Amino acid sequence: MSTKSKIFDTFAAAVADIPDNVTIGFGGFAVVGQPANLTGALAAQGAKGLTCVSNGLRGGATLPEDAPTLEWLVRNEQVKKVICAFTAPTRASQRLVFTEYYESGRIDAELVPQGTLAERMRAAGAGIPAFYTPAAVGTELAEGRETRVFNGREYLLEEALPLDYAFIRAYQADAFGNLRFRRAQRNFNPLMAMAARVTIVEVEEDILPMGAIDPDDVHLSGIFVHRLVKVPPAPEGWWPMRPAEIAARAAQQGAAR
Amino acid sequence: MSDTKGLTRQQMCDRLAMEFEDGWVVNLGIGIPTLTSNCDFGDKAIIFHSENGVVGYGALAAPGKEDMHLVNAGGQHVTLNPGAAIVHHADAFGMIRSGRIDVTVLGAYEVAENGDFANWKMAGQKGGGIGGAMDLAACAKHVFVAMEQVTRSGRPRLVERCAIPVTAKGVVDLVITNYGLFEITPKGMALKEIAPGISVDEVKATTGCNLIVPREVPPVRLRG
Repeated sequence: MSTKSKIFDTFAAAVADIPDNVTIGFGGFAVVGQPANLTGALAAQGAKGLTCVSNGLRGGATLPEDAPTLEWLVRNEQVKKVICAFTAPTRASQRLVFTEYYESGRIDAELVPQGTLAERMRAAGAGIPAFYTPAAVGTELAEGRETRVFNGREYLLEEALPLDYAFIRAYQADAFGNLRFRRAQRNFNPLMAMAARVTIVEVEEDILPMGAIDPDDVHLSGIFVHRLVKVPPAPEGWWPMRPAEIAARAAQQGAAR
Repeated sequence: MSDTKGLTRQQMCDRLAMEFEDGWVVNLGIGIPTLTSNCDFGDKAIIFHSENGVVGYGALAAPGKEDMHLVNAGGQHVTLNPGAAIVHHADAFGMIRSGRIDVTVLGAYEVAENGDFANWKMAGQKGGGIGGAMDLAACAKHVFVAMEQVTRSGRPRLVERCAIPVTAKGVVDLVITNYGLFEITPKGMALKEIAPGISVDEVKATTGCNLIVPREVPPVRLRG
């Protein structure tokens, strides 16, 4: 085991060397497990020409409007392409900066069924170059693409989706990078970590010494994890908020303006 | 304005939920279908599965008591029922593709008489929102749709052929709208039950395909 520490003091340090034109996975689902702190640090770092892989552009209602999401990177013109299960807003009331960039052709997008998106990264992390799935057969997404019939049913060929970097959020980590997630926080996060060359994790609890997590309780091996940063308490660090807290915060900011 | 005649959204979901069998694994889409988790299942055990890997979720969390790590696929803060488990996204979709989901209830823009349906992209829209719908529609044992009878501008959502890009072909079994319950049969779209206060002529006038109508159409079964 290498003695080089995986623990970084700041999000800025953890993302400092990310070059232009790389593919980055942003984990999380509906805010839970979403790496808002790393996303904010990347917006400040400024890498450009990025291909961003994520379930959607924003997440859900439990991050305040001004929390860092992919929308920040879009607005900063750091994004070349997104690969997502949602490119449209998930609620009728939601407006995305992305939509304007996408419709004017300044950003490219690949829309992928959610299960296919997860499995393409699982495949990349499992050393499998491609697979067949029944999802999207017979739809616009399958037009002009390779399908094959197995046992009388048609399946669509999908290729693995390897990542250069994965940004994820976990509940606990030890110094080797063994991770535990809490409740629905797991979602895409272990899959993105497995698919990535470099996985950077924002960790909610204090980073534990090696051996502090029972091997039977590890959800993702530190083999797949390269950098760890502890999330500081709010407001320095971003944490999901309850709907009532978000409303109170927005009212306060409105009053301050 | 959408047409609010006939069944309420909760009544629409209650009616579909009567079709669920004891022990079924159920996945609910966003929009109207989320109300299905409020239904009274009596002594039937229903297991709610969510794309983000929450298997066995229960009622919505009370305001102020939300677990910030726990949401369903609609981003709603939910609670866990005894026997719940958490898996990651690939396992959650493994359950879907391998046929472990007994029924998915989805919203839709259009359902065609051949069982095609469309729910991820509106006419003329660039991009869209697929989420888990294509995986679910292709692989769940049953696909039920809950939607309004007509669009906001009054156009039928039950159609001969979908005009917008489909989510999956030939998969829909049952449709509930505020006007009634419809079944996709090998012969086409059949009106099975009609909402209180709605006439068969009103249903026909707001349906964009041939409708198989029995001589006597029973009212939509409602609880209580």
